[in-house]
Amino acid sequence: MPELAADSMLRDAATVVGKDLRLEWRSRVTLSQILPFALLVLILFAFALDPDRRILEEATPGLFWLAVLFSMLLAIQRAYAVETADGVIDALRLSDLDPAGIFLGKAAGIGLHLLVLEVALFAGVTVLYGATPRGYLLLVATMLLATAGLAAAGSLYGVLAAGLRVRDTLLPILMLPVVAPVLIAGTEAFSAAYAESSGDGWKWCGLLAAFSVLYLAIGIFAFEPLLEES
Amino acid sequence: MTSPPTGTGAGFMRLHPDGTASRGSRILGAVVLVSVVVFLFLALVASKPDESLDAQGQLVRIMYLHVPSAIACYTAFFVTAAASAMYLWKKTMGWDALAASSAEIGVIFVVITLLTGSIWGHTTWGTWWEWDPRLTSTALMFVMYLGYLALRRAIIDPVSRAKQSAVLGIIAIVNVPIVHFSVDWWRSLHQTATVASLDPKINGLRLLALFVGMIVALMLYVWLMMHRFRLAYAEAALEAKGLDLALAERRAEALADGGAVPASVEHEGVS
Amino acid sequence: MDSVVRFRAAVCLLGRFPALAGVDLDVAAGEIVLLQGPNGAGKTTLLRACAGLVPITEGDADVLGVDLRADRRPVRPLVGLLGHQAGLYDDLTVAENVRFWSKAGRSQRSDADAALARLGLDGRLAEVPVAKLSAGQRRRTALAILVARRPRLWLLDEPHAALDQGGRDLVDGLMADAVAAGATVVFASHELDRAEAVAHRSVTVAGGTVSGLLPAPLAEVPVA
Repeated sequence: MPELAADSMLRDAATVVGKDLRLEWRSRVTLSQILPFALLVLILFAFALDPDRRILEEATPGLFWLAVLFSMLLAIQRAYAVETADGVIDALRLSDLDPAGIFLGKAAGIGLHLLVLEVALFAGVTVLYGATPRGYLLLVATMLLATAGLAAAGSLYGVLAAGLRVRDTLLPILMLPVVAPVLIAGTEAFSAAYAESSGDGWKWCGLLAAFSVLYLAIGIFAFEPLLEES
Repeated sequence: MTSPPTGTGAGFMRLHPDGTASRGSRILGAVVLVSVVVFLFLALVASKPDESLDAQGQLVRIMYLHVPSAIACYTAFFVTAAASAMYLWKKTMGWDALAASSAEIGVIFVVITLLTGSIWGHTTWGTWWEWDPRLTSTALMFVMYLGYLALRRAIIDPVSRAKQSAVLGIIAIVNVPIVHFSVDWWRSLHQTATVASLDPKINGLRLLALFVGMIVALMLYVWLMMHRFRLAYAEAALEAKGLDLALAERRAEALADGGAVPASVEHEGVS
Repeated sequence: MDSVVRFRAAVCLLGRFPALAGVDLDVAAGEIVLLQGPNGAGKTTLLRACAGLVPITEGDADVLGVDLRADRRPVRPLVGLLGHQAGLYDDLTVAENVRFWSKAGRSQRSDADAALARLGLDGRLAEVPVAKLSAGQRRRTALAILVARRPRLWLLDEPHAALDQGGRDLVDGLMADAVAAGATVVFASHELDRAEAVAHRSVTVAGGTVSGLLPAPLAEVPVA
């Protein structure tokens, strides 16, 4: 009964992501802590490079995705901090929720948070660095595909590190090499979107799409043993 | 040679007085030792420097160490992934020990690959690091497997550690081609010098030196694996041995508390 | 007499520590069994093992017809575990927590609302974030989730702890109700006067093993 299994997986994913959005609505950790951090990173980049707008404008695509990666680490840590506090992870194991559904729900939650951060960061680089894109379609496609990949990988590595005492220090070293292709592809696609022609950008979007599909597939199969042992 | 033990493991591992050595590993060790001498002769004495058009000169000799250690590290990480998959299927600690041992030795070979690549780059390009796609993706792979080993150190429970690192061991090997491909593509846009374009003309004795280098590196890998795997297996056996004592101590708490220990309790050791 | 829990020389390792060092335990359907014993004796691990949370590495273990050594996951939806930790999201309200977890346990929304009422959490308390609750109120919320899920086997780890007099009476009532509805209860407690009054029989856990001090008063066990 593959349809039924997929149905319950998606319904469980909706249950989990609904809970995560409600949690954010009540706690506002992303809006009041991670979002200011992301914007602060943009300001720090200006101190590190040069207040001269030209350099910042040229480096905008890379700086944007670097800021996304840094905030992503915080978002993943937050997403799994709520699942490991007060024995919640045991309750998840005891529940009837499909582990693949939990994976997709957590990924969707992380992804939605990342999208909010990205919109704010985009406004940030536009105002602070004076960067204006030419190809909006490519820009939006890149954001959506890269976010899907980061969220899927984040949901997977988040649960891997969740149960460990060293999770906060282990997560970056596990995740950042893995999402390096997303940084490369996102930066290149954004460079194309900010430039006159966006020809090469779509190729990089293809890479981002492949990365997302692969990590969604890995997560659906690998989440269960990781949840079991975390 | 690197398959996991079956049954009791008697004869497969000998704890004392030979340590982790066995007849097989000693013979292989002697063969490796002789091969290294042959390899060094071929690589440093017999083969001629590269004097073709894009001449590498004496520098070509670094290839005989760089390429074989790169091949050995890929082999090692592939074995880690295969052993991880086998662990998830069979759930026996031998496969876990194999995956862990192979990753550790793989990391050593990655370091050799990176160092020789960097030295070569310094002589060729004048800088210790060029953003060459092969070196860059190898560096990312290095950090990835450091993460794998860090995860292993972070988990205390042996079963939990085995299961989680098995999943990571498989994901890591999937990452290798993705990282490699994206870095390759990235650098091809900003075309500068790459290792590929500097590939020297390899023929005759130079080809033989490279070939022998690969054989030696793989034999060295197998030899290191024999020892490292036996050590990991002995550690697991030691833990299991301590279990009988731990069970007896645990039951003795009941007597101290005034409770009764059921006579039916028996223990046959950890499977 | 149906067997709900059947352990034979069951060993459970936490890391390298044998928390259960060969447990023999039988619990029949409809029983209320009290686990007593000193701290660190293995009561919590025994309850978690029954819930399929920790692995049994040696011996036999069968709970509600599920062979825990073969695969312990199928038993989880059938049991309800009240542990030391409540398993609640601090930022969500009482009602939101109970509704989420009963949805996660495939229960109806009406079950969740009925459970809130049963535990006296329906008025003003329902809209209070869990982070602002007292220890006893957290305990009541966790119990409400259990009630909403209607498990076949209730596993309660010191259910009376942190509760006031009314809460303790409520717990005893819940256990009686569960058994009357055909479920089985195993619970650990240090409040022996109260616990022995509600339990059909009690066993002692010590040193990771179980010994029955009192023979099962079979006559008292209601036939489910």
